[in-house]
Amino acid sequence: MILNIIGTWLAAGLTIAIFSFLYKDNPLYKFAEHLYVGVSAGFGVIYVWAFDLKPMLIDRFVSEHGVERWILLVPAILGILMLTRWTEKFAYISRLPIAFTVGIGAGLGITGSVQGFLLPQMQATLLPLTTINNVILVIGVVTTILYFYFSHEFKGASNIILRVAIVFIMVSFGASFGYTVMARISLLIGRVFFLLSDWLHII
Amino acid sequence: MKFWDRLGAIDRRIIYTVIGLAVIIPLVTKLTFPIRVSDTVRSAYHSIERLPAGSIVMISIDYDAASGPELQPMLIAVLRHCFKKDIKVILTGQWALGLPLGEIALNQVAAEYNKKYGVDYINIGYRPGYTALIVGIGRELRDFFSTDYKRVPIDSFAFMRRVHNYNDINLLVGLEAGATGDAWVLYAGARFGLKMFFGATGVSAPDLYPYLQAKQIEGILAGLQGAAEYETLVNEKGTGTLGMPTQSVVHGLIIIFIILGNLSYFVLRKKQK
Repeated sequence: MILNIIGTWLAAGLTIAIFSFLYKDNPLYKFAEHLYVGVSAGFGVIYVWAFDLKPMLIDRFVSEHGVERWILLVPAILGILMLTRWTEKFAYISRLPIAFTVGIGAGLGITGSVQGFLLPQMQATLLPLTTINNVILVIGVVTTILYFYFSHEFKGASNIILRVAIVFIMVSFGASFGYTVMARISLLIGRVFFLLSDWLHII
Repeated sequence: MKFWDRLGAIDRRIIYTVIGLAVIIPLVTKLTFPIRVSDTVRSAYHSIERLPAGSIVMISIDYDAASGPELQPMLIAVLRHCFKKDIKVILTGQWALGLPLGEIALNQVAAEYNKKYGVDYINIGYRPGYTALIVGIGRELRDFFSTDYKRVPIDSFAFMRRVHNYNDINLLVGLEAGATGDAWVLYAGARFGLKMFFGATGVSAPDLYPYLQAKQIEGILAGLQGAAEYETLVNEKGTGTLGMPTQSVVHGLIIIFIILGNLSYFVLRKKQK
């Protein structure tokens, strides 16, 4: 109970310290900002040890037998070699684990992108032009893709394709920006709700 | 003309103060507005509503405290829906810093519905690996999650003994603050056919609509509004519903500021000509 109260007051104090930046930069804001970065980093380190290194490497090395045990040395060594990036003399060794990681990422990324994004999106764009929504969607997709086709210069009458594409792109930017504004206001509402409800008990 | 000059150069701290008051006053006066439920949220709701009792829903916490105000209300509303329908919940996450938030919500809502850990829900925690993990679970969950959040073997829980991969999970609910939703769609959805819907922050939501249009996901809960709409469908008011009147008032105020700012700009430009 007492820990809850201390935690609430600490959170409220740090929230107000961060908000003080709206007036002007000050040491209280800087302290809160640095504290957040430090605590997040520390939490991340503990999490990696407690949920990754210890259970998946160390505990499994102790409990497994035969090939399943010794194969764990491969990712362990690759992980250690990654740290050589910090040294100037041996930094070239880190290319090995980086290449391994990039290779996995590329392999998964290519298959995933084709199977999960390219083909389904193409399929979803092949719509019958029988409703106004479908017509707008197909025109939007085709003109936007053509807008980013730089191997041909659109001149004269074909320039209208680019103008239509710009309208669609601007509308999508506007929608994204509107969503972003909504998101930021929601975060403010959340923080103010915490201050008024959990801290001051006004609501 | 001095008026238009001043209007275009209002001290930003005055604007901050007005916005602050616009947030505080509706919250304190408990203003209420009706909430209209959108098709995207209704579709997400029905993807859980049509599941029979005993089905398994996996919820992935892919956010941290910075996005908590938007996504935590969604998590609570979805958990209430699942527990109302006696659906088993597996909580996991791709963002390590978000798991404690998931645990808080899980314990809070489970207590409301007298649900028991290990019988009705489980928290299998976080493992790094991201894409490799999402693909790996498609083969066998225990390759990554042999124990739960508290280091208890997951096979000691009766309902988890029948869960091996995505074939045994009826639905995924991803709560997204970044691009993790793309990985769920690309790998768990496209490769293994897992059905899913997402709750996303307002910033991430626009990127997910192409998946909805292509029917790769069942629905989207976008921002605090999405949370409020889901709470309306589940008939349990929460922070989402409480925040909507404030959101509407502030949005109206921002529109007024934009109009006034633009008016000032055009009047001054005309004056200069």
